[in-house]
Order: sequence, then structure tokens, then C-alpha cells
Amino acid sequence: MKKQLVAVLAISLLATGSAFANKKATDTTPEEDLKVYRDYFMKKFPGVPLNEFQNGVYAIDKVSRDSWEAIEEFPPYEPMIEEGEEMWNKPFANGKTYSSCFPDGPAQRKNYPRWDAKRKMVVTLPMMVNECREKNGEKPLKWAKGPITRILSYMAYESRGQKTHVVIPKGDADALAAYNDGKSFYFARRGQLNFSCASCHVESAGQHIRTDILSPALGQTTGWPVYRSKWGELGTLHRRFKGCNKQVRAKPFKPQHRQYRNLEYFLTHMSNGIEYNGPSARK
Amino acid sequence: MAKSSIKIRAKEKGGVTTVKTLITHPMETGLRKNKKTGKLIPAHFIEEVTCEAGGKKVFVAEMSGGVSKNPYLSFKFTGAGKGDEIKLSWVDNKGGSDSATAKIR
Repeated sequence: MKKQLVAVLAISLLATGSAFANKKATDTTPEEDLKVYRDYFMKKFPGVPLNEFQNGVYAIDKVSRDSWEAIEEFPPYEPMIEEGEEMWNKPFANGKTYSSCFPDGPAQRKNYPRWDAKRKMVVTLPMMVNECREKNGEKPLKWAKGPITRILSYMAYESRGQKTHVVIPKGDADALAAYNDGKSFYFARRGQLNFSCASCHVESAGQHIRTDILSPALGQTTGWPVYRSKWGELGTLHRRFKGCNKQVRAKPFKPQHRQYRNLEYFLTHMSNGIEYNGPSARK
Repeated sequence: MAKSSIKIRAKEKGGVTTVKTLITHPMETGLRKNKKTGKLIPAHFIEEVTCEAGGKKVFVAEMSGGVSKNPYLSFKFTGAGKGDEIKLSWVDNKGGSDSATAKIR
């Protein structure tokens, strides 16, 4: 009964939006959050199956979906997947390949982000790619764009169909703290424009911001790396975090900074159950 | 064998063949500067794209640096049927070229 009350209260609070500022991240568990989140978006966009949220705006707007489907016939990210495959197969100077770090192959998306209990931090896939490189005497790649997006798009492509499954290990207070840190960041207002991530992607999802439609937060993490028409190239999730922060005139963090990794941990957990579909194309 | 820069697909329906193609090409305008050296990156763009079907030119496009990197083209023509072969080729301002063939489905 209490759990239902919490859920109902949380949904109504989400609906009013601003009241979330009065809730502490620790008031609800990740499992409760996941249910509230899903219920909110499924109610806001009736008739959209859960998995379809992986397509962002194209799940909720017919006109842009038609353009997107036309682009998907010859996706702009296709050549980059092939480049990524070449990168995967090409040995490092020491003769080893990425397979030595990822023995079960490139389809790694379902494993990240995850809590590393030994290192007491959230680890992400780009982190593991660069650690693999450094372990084998290669220079790490830049985080936001360029060659890292090639290998990430190959790994994402191979991972298509895997279900998002982020785990916050029970009994691990540090893991829960990282999740709640990401959650607090998501709902906190920032920048000159004083918006939180939730202002646009929870409260105003589906509404217009100038000529763009705001995508719902549910399913936002499945399609990375993304070929964004605006960028004219591929970019990583943390590149977009930076961009979003800059857009509300807040000082962004560096890609793979702890704050963004905790944010990714929280945000990806909310899409649990939704299939990975990277790389993807967006406006 | 070098990898082709052209991905091409052709479908025929009701007598009309629709061709869609994605060409990998830098399409440099010649106006961008190399961030490290400060020098201009020389212009390198496709000048002409041609499509032939049944030995006849069915589509010609003249392009310039105004077209973005990795151009995507889609066009329709009549007079061909399923199983016919089409050939798409391009030439750029440096004399580079490539072509690819596809069967109409």
C-alpha cells in the first residue's frame, strides 16, 4: 500500500514537475524510480510501445519519423561502422587487438555503464576502450568525436538488440550514491536559463523548442553514438551532455568526468528493458 | 580490391525506377583551414555524378563544394525494368572517380 502511495505521489509530482525539487534523491529506490518513469512516459505518449522509445522523437512524431525512415535506408553512419570494424581488427603496435581486452567480442553495450565495486566508480564503454588502448601502449582517443566514435559505432552496431540492463548492486551504498548523484544532477536546475534535464525531457517531452521537438528521457541512451545532422558527424553521449549543458548556459563538465558518468548511470538505468539500437541518426 | 565509395540501391515500381545512393567523399570546399597548420585545405569535391541504364544516360548531376560531405542522392527515371543493370559514376575536381553497378530490384 505504501509503495503504491509513493508511486502515485511521485507520478503526480512528476506531472506538476517543479515539486520534484522538493524531493530528495534518496526518497525513492531505483526500482521505484524505474516504474514511475515508465508509467509517466507511457501515459504521456499513449500507444507507443516501450521499446519504440529507443527512437526518441521519431517514436512520438509522425512527420519527422517519415524523414528519419527515409534516411535510415542509407544511414549516414554506415561508413563509420565499417571504419570501426577495421579499427577493431587492426592490431596494435604490440600485435594485440581489442579482442584481447574484450574476449567475448565487440557486442559490449549491454555491459555498460556499470558499477565497478573495486574501483568504486561507474565505468563506461568509451572508458574501457581507451583503457584497452593504454594497456597496449596506444594513445587514448579523444572522448567526444572522431576515431572513438568509429569503434563505438561498430561495437554499438554489433550490440543491436541487446536489452539495457543497468544494475545498482543491492547493499552497495557507494553504487546507490552514484546513482542518486546522477539522479540529483538530472533534476537540478542549472545555467543562466535555469533548466534541469527534466525541464525539457520529462516535463516538456514532445513539445517544441523553437523548431525541434524535445525527446522523452525514456530510451534516450540506447542509440549512441549518434550521427547528428547538426554535427554532420558522429558524437558520443557525453558530447551531447556537454552540448545540453552549454545550451542552458551552464558550464559543462569534460566528457567522462565523474558527474557525467554518474548521470549516464542514472539515465541508462531508466531505459532498462529497452533494446540498444546504436549507432543512430538524429536531427 | 579497393572498397567502393558508392552504396547504391534501385527499386522499380509501376514503371518508375527509384535509385538511392550514398557516396563517401570529403566534399571539401577549399575554404576550410587546417586547425593545426593554419593552411587552407584544398578543394576536393565531386563535380559530376552520372547514372546509366541500358547504355543511356538517365541522370546527370553537376555538383560543387556547396554539397555536403558524403552526399546522398535519390532520383527516379522510367524506361527500365526489374533485373536491369544501372551504373553510377562520379568524377571529382582532382580527376578522381569511381563507379558502381547495381541490379534493379
